[in-house]
Amino acid sequence: MEHPALPLPVANADSKPYWDAARERRLVIRKCNSCGQLHFMPRHLCPACWSDQLEWVDATGAGSVHSFTIIRRASDPAFAPLVPYAVALIDLDEGPRMMANIVGASALEVAIGDRVQVSFEDRGSGAMLPQFIRAAA
Amino acid sequence: MKMPASLKNKIAIVGVGESDIGKIPNMTGLGLNAQAAKRALDESGLKISDIDGVLTAYSFTEPYFMLGSVLCEYLGVKPRFNASVICGGASPAVMLKHAAEAIVSGQAETILVCAGENRATGLTREAALSALLAVGHPYFEQPYGGSIPGYYAMIAQRHMHVYGTRREDLAQVAVNTRAHALLHPNAHMKKPLEMQEVLDAKPIADPLGMLDCCLISDAGGAFIVTSAERARDLKSKPVYLQGIGEYHTHEHLMCAPSLTEFGATESGRTAYQMAGLGPQDIDVAELYDCFTIVPIIELEELGFCKPGEGGAFFAEGHARIGGKLPVNTHGGMLSHAHAGAAGGLFGIVEAVRQLRGGLGPRQVQGAEVALVHNEGGVLSSHCTLILANDKG
Repeated sequence: MEHPALPLPVANADSKPYWDAARERRLVIRKCNSCGQLHFMPRHLCPACWSDQLEWVDATGAGSVHSFTIIRRASDPAFAPLVPYAVALIDLDEGPRMMANIVGASALEVAIGDRVQVSFEDRGSGAMLPQFIRAAA
Repeated sequence: MKMPASLKNKIAIVGVGESDIGKIPNMTGLGLNAQAAKRALDESGLKISDIDGVLTAYSFTEPYFMLGSVLCEYLGVKPRFNASVICGGASPAVMLKHAAEAIVSGQAETILVCAGENRATGLTREAALSALLAVGHPYFEQPYGGSIPGYYAMIAQRHMHVYGTRREDLAQVAVNTRAHALLHPNAHMKKPLEMQEVLDAKPIADPLGMLDCCLISDAGGAFIVTSAERARDLKSKPVYLQGIGEYHTHEHLMCAPSLTEFGATESGRTAYQMAGLGPQDIDVAELYDCFTIVPIIELEELGFCKPGEGGAFFAEGHARIGGKLPVNTHGGMLSHAHAGAAGGLFGIVEAVRQLRGGLGPRQVQGAEVALVHNEGGVLSSHCTLILANDKG
């Protein structure tokens, strides 16, 4: 059976620098230069104070698993051949939370609180998707 | 922030209706809405020409844009007040609130609130699941292959980690709700369910299995709202709105302020305060149950037990008819019906019926005050309402 390709990252005016950085294997997040708060999902303004004085800063790529699930039945047919796989919420050490897959040999043994480090998955045409690998115990 | 103005005792629900439920291949989504609307109107004794407002939600199965006016056109109704409300599963309770506001401010007197879809037969199972992917963030969640069950599974996983909630506690929610559905003549599911079947069901997203997930039904639901004054001399026994509150904290799971504290606490606080009542005054609760973890969290947030004790509340049998607080007496979305916004709407329908009385073995004895909670998204949008069969 033919499976559709995995979705490619889609850049828009809010997120282009994020995906451009990912192509260089860098994870970047938004920082507000008015109130100092960091946030993940890129926006036109700071969700805490509505300042539009924002900059992109490099994250260390280190974080911990806030929660996770092992997907046994994919809703999106593109992911059906990959089951079972882990989807997690990652608390970056800088504070913001993001979603990603846990990848690597021991991904299915993931637990809440695990230390993880960013890695990048090539989805084709050089488009890179930030993912996370469990840190060696 | 200022508390919303009171809507207590100003409006009443005077008719409720359910379409045929299950796999109904000979009816469209709009047809299911219309059948439910007709049944609700018949019950109220009102005429079509009495309806001067119509509210509906959304549909994934039919290709219409302005669903509010589409439904009015289909029903042959020309209202002064009309909208399509899109708060996901919270839409029915939010629509009741908008209806109450419109009636109290004199924009309309009698409002039909309707929702439903032919999700079981109008879409393939795959198409239904794919349509629901839109609940995930298109750019920052969907590329990771999550799913709605997957997002709720992460909430369940966190609840288990923080509070020690057990897999069996989740399963007990499904077992309880099924037992209630067997007492409902129109429920989608007709067979008894044992704990072991829930635990052995096809795994979907750990810790959730197939039987921890709501149904995909063809179903429509409707209720008629009018002023408390107009309600006095109608055919059916009016059920009065005592309190209602909403609260919205996020849309996508990655932006949820917490995985253990959601907006139901705040929507509940507003509803209780407006009603002048507390959790101890509630006789029956119809809680949104798209996945088994959800009513556990809602029990906690709405003050029926302490944080972390929702699982035990179900496991100890307190949520059964005859227990301390019967929950989802119609069978909920896990066993009665789920079809888009109709899922939560049936909680309102059931609360009204419980408060009118006479439901036989399904009746909560002495039910005078009912609470309904609807939530949409991934525990993102919340609306809590309190109904009573007397102005109190």
